Amino acid sequence: MPPVITTEKLSKQFGPFKAVNELTFQVEKGEIFGFLGANGAGKTTAMRMLCGLLAPSSGKASVAGFDVYTQPNQIKRKIGYMSQKFSLYGDLTVSENIRFYSGIYGMSRQQIRQKTPELLEELQLQQEAKTLVADLPLGWKQKLAFSVSIAHDPDIVFLDEPTSGVDPVTRRQFWELIYHAAEKGVTVFVTTHYMDEAEYCNRVSIMVDGVIAALDTPAHLKQQHGGESMEDVFYALARNATRKGD
Amino acid sequence: MKTLIFLLEKEFRQILRNRQTLGVLIIAPVIQLLLLPLAANYTVKNISIAVVDHDHSTFSRRLIPKITSSGYFTLTGYTNSYRQALTLVEEDKADLAFQIPANFERDLIRENSAKVYMAIDAIDGTKASLGGAYLNSILSDFNADIRVNQAPASTAADAPHIDIISSDWYNPFLNYNLYIVPAILVTLVTALAAMQSAFNIVQEKESGTIEQINVSPIKKYIFILGKLIPFMVLGILVFSLGLLVGWLVYGIVPAGNLLVLYSSLVVYLFAMLGLGLLIATYSATQMQAMSLSFFFINIFNLMSGVFTSVDSMPAWAQTLVETFPPSHFIKIMRMVVLKGSGFGDIAYHLAAMTVVGTLLNTWAVLNYKKTSS
Amino acid sequence: MPSPEMPPEKEINMKQLIVFIKKEFLQVFRDKQTLLMLFGLPIAQIVLFGFALSNEVKGSKIVITDYSKDAVTTRIIGKITASQYFTVEQSLQNADQLQAAFRKGTIKMAVVFPANFAEDLARTGKASVEIIADASDPNEGTTVANYMTQIINDYNLELDSIAGQPLQIVPDILNLYNPQLSGPPNFVPGVMALVLMLVCTMMTSVAIVKEKELGTMEILLVSPFKTLYIIIAKLTPNLLISIVNFFIIILLSSVFLDLQVKGSLLLLTFCSILFILTSLSIGLLLSIYSSTQQGAMMGALMGMMLPTMLLTGFLFPIDNMPLALQWLANIVPSRWYFIIVKNVMLKGLGFASIWKETLILLGMCVILFGISLQKFKIRLQ
Repeated sequence: MPPVITTEKLSKQFGPFKAVNELTFQVEKGEIFGFLGANGAGKTTAMRMLCGLLAPSSGKASVAGFDVYTQPNQIKRKIGYMSQKFSLYGDLTVSENIRFYSGIYGMSRQQIRQKTPELLEELQLQQEAKTLVADLPLGWKQKLAFSVSIAHDPDIVFLDEPTSGVDPVTRRQFWELIYHAAEKGVTVFVTTHYMDEAEYCNRVSIMVDGVIAALDTPAHLKQQHGGESMEDVFYALARNATRKGD
Repeated sequence: MKTLIFLLEKEFRQILRNRQTLGVLIIAPVIQLLLLPLAANYTVKNISIAVVDHDHSTFSRRLIPKITSSGYFTLTGYTNSYRQALTLVEEDKADLAFQIPANFERDLIRENSAKVYMAIDAIDGTKASLGGAYLNSILSDFNADIRVNQAPASTAADAPHIDIISSDWYNPFLNYNLYIVPAILVTLVTALAAMQSAFNIVQEKESGTIEQINVSPIKKYIFILGKLIPFMVLGILVFSLGLLVGWLVYGIVPAGNLLVLYSSLVVYLFAMLGLGLLIATYSATQMQAMSLSFFFINIFNLMSGVFTSVDSMPAWAQTLVETFPPSHFIKIMRMVVLKGSGFGDIAYHLAAMTVVGTLLNTWAVLNYKKTSS
Repeated sequence: MPSPEMPPEKEINMKQLIVFIKKEFLQVFRDKQTLLMLFGLPIAQIVLFGFALSNEVKGSKIVITDYSKDAVTTRIIGKITASQYFTVEQSLQNADQLQAAFRKGTIKMAVVFPANFAEDLARTGKASVEIIADASDPNEGTTVANYMTQIINDYNLELDSIAGQPLQIVPDILNLYNPQLSGPPNFVPGVMALVLMLVCTMMTSVAIVKEKELGTMEILLVSPFKTLYIIIAKLTPNLLISIVNFFIIILLSSVFLDLQVKGSLLLLTFCSILFILTSLSIGLLLSIYSSTQQGAMMGALMGMMLPTMLLTGFLFPIDNMPLALQWLANIVPSRWYFIIVKNVMLKGLGFASIWKETLILLGMCVILFGISLQKFKIRLQ
């Protein structure tokens, strides 16, 4: 199976500032790929390039078999996305949000009618179908945003810090959703700065100052850098970073 | 396009759910339509006048009531000195100070000519010139009167005289509402198209939902259409509401064809929505969108002929105004509503709006493409 | 270990206040779009009102139809053509074309001289000329008709004096405060009121509501920072910007419009600051009752902008309005400010002429601030 994401010396430069410096890596189908790094390391920029939100300055990348330079629209059809702000419409209800986002990804009304109750059941949000998203607690919003992002069965889903600001129990539940999606064959590309979440991933890459300082399974990384937890690994790699914070 | 339908569905759901928007769409226009014409009355009446009579003669005692009962003036002061009358003008208690000097009647009969003095508070230029004109016409009426009475009939009939037959077309009762209500309709629609639309788009920017849209396969032009169409519909609705109010409250029935009106409206909305879109591409926050749109709308309102006539502007200003869609639409409105002008008559204005509208929209779309990858 | 001695509470708050105010300033000045409106708008308005807008109608396009084509009509037409108030567009051959010409919207008036004009005048001593005005704009129509009437009457006077008419009343007209009848004097005070009110009310309320929306206002309120200081910090940038705007307008008027402050600049500045404070308090009040930025903006526009434009008295005379509106005008602060500016700047009068208006403004300011200060902390929570 060809990798769903391939990059070769992918870079992004803002004036003199190289936010992302020659990234080269691959992501396999069905992987849960953790994209770690401190704030300002460049992970959000990298992810936006893969999503077609930002044009790279140089280098190559292909997502779901399409080239990021020449075929961004095809890429968009095959991916899902969830941003830090979750991007749900607060003044629409749960089902209305599902309907909208499914619809704009090309799902027919019939498909949406089928999919919606499934989704609601999985999220245990059947009662809230007609509640305005603004009135939902944070954790529910996030789970909903995730489900909405994969409702159209994308090949890959990109998650940008999806669990920020949420309690550990909800985070755990969120990751269960991620596992479930990965089992069904969706590749998950997730950025986070919660190091414990790194343990949940198949492989993890750690970005420091715009480059990938390490890329491997969590187990191997802990072995290589002599740490008990991913946090130790991260600290070992990132403590000399020149870029701190956004 | 299926995706467009989903977009439109979402937009209308949001609009209908937002109580504030509904207030803006219905209450604000109605209030403005009711208040503005009430206040915006340029008809100059009740000019207050302070009179000083140093002559106390037959003539002066006939002249003064003629002035005060003319209907143009309200006597607010009858003072003993010109100085006092001027003070009344200073204190805003009188718009005009009028003095009949001593020996007025004597000089008139003996020297055949006598002066009267008037000082006008000219801060309000219109009031001053109209006030002066009214007083002059009363004076010349009085002048003719005393000639007829003083001189023998033959002398009076000697001078040939040109009569003026004056008629007012399209607004025979000089109803200022007929002039201003169509223009107000335009301002209402303008704010909706240029300001609200910008706000709406920028709000999506601020809340992050626009990123979600950017990452989806929605084509950029579909997204733009998805924003333009709802506001086009809203604009037509508000305009129709305004026409309704204009008819019910002011009895204004367009003399011309409704088709002409609505076609012009669509072209106009197209242009102003382009401006709103353009503003949105240059704003990251709602406050910025507000500042920019307010800047333009204010200038439009002042310069497009709502309150003051475009024809009284200097050449450079008139050229500039030619690029403002509102000025063209206001002209169209007045022409169609009051005079019944047709497509042929307004063709120039329609063309101007189309050109400017195309420019604005193109610029906006290009800018949008650039700033969102 | 004992905690270090905290400096007295007052000192902390003062320093922090200044830091806070600086941050507010930076936020405003970094925003290019807002700067455009803040400073660009008053400048644009001054230019517009000063150079572009006027109620005077010069060079109105008219058509003349002369069925007579004799010496008298030619004479009169010559006078009309020479007048700066008219531009003779064309001479129509017949009056049927009039409707079409008016409909095209290019001409404002038509003058029709019937056949045998001079002949009738000589024989019967009377002749009629027809003036048709496009009264779409009633005032413009009336004004233009007046100009034409004046020209005809001038000619009549000529006929009178030729015939040696007695009893000539000669009016001596003096235009006070504005000898050229130009637009600016009436508009500049209005622009001042409008711009100051706009910045203070609209910008202030939207900025505060934005913080409410973001949640940062809450953070401020639970901090040890006294509510009063929070408010001062929020209002100060707009206060200073408005004062700068005030001076910009005065400067621009003086340089470009030849309009100087005839009275005491000090008095005017003092009253303007009073007006600014009043407007700020309204902005504060608005921010308390609005939950969204859009709401604050709409509130400012409908609740302040509209009344200010209508009821201040610079665009439309208040005495013309129905009684209800006149009463309403009394609670609009800019209405009183407008009188103050007129009297001090244009008429050169002193405090004696404006003490009443100043007192009213002062009262409004105090009351509004009192209410908003009280409600601020409560409502925001």
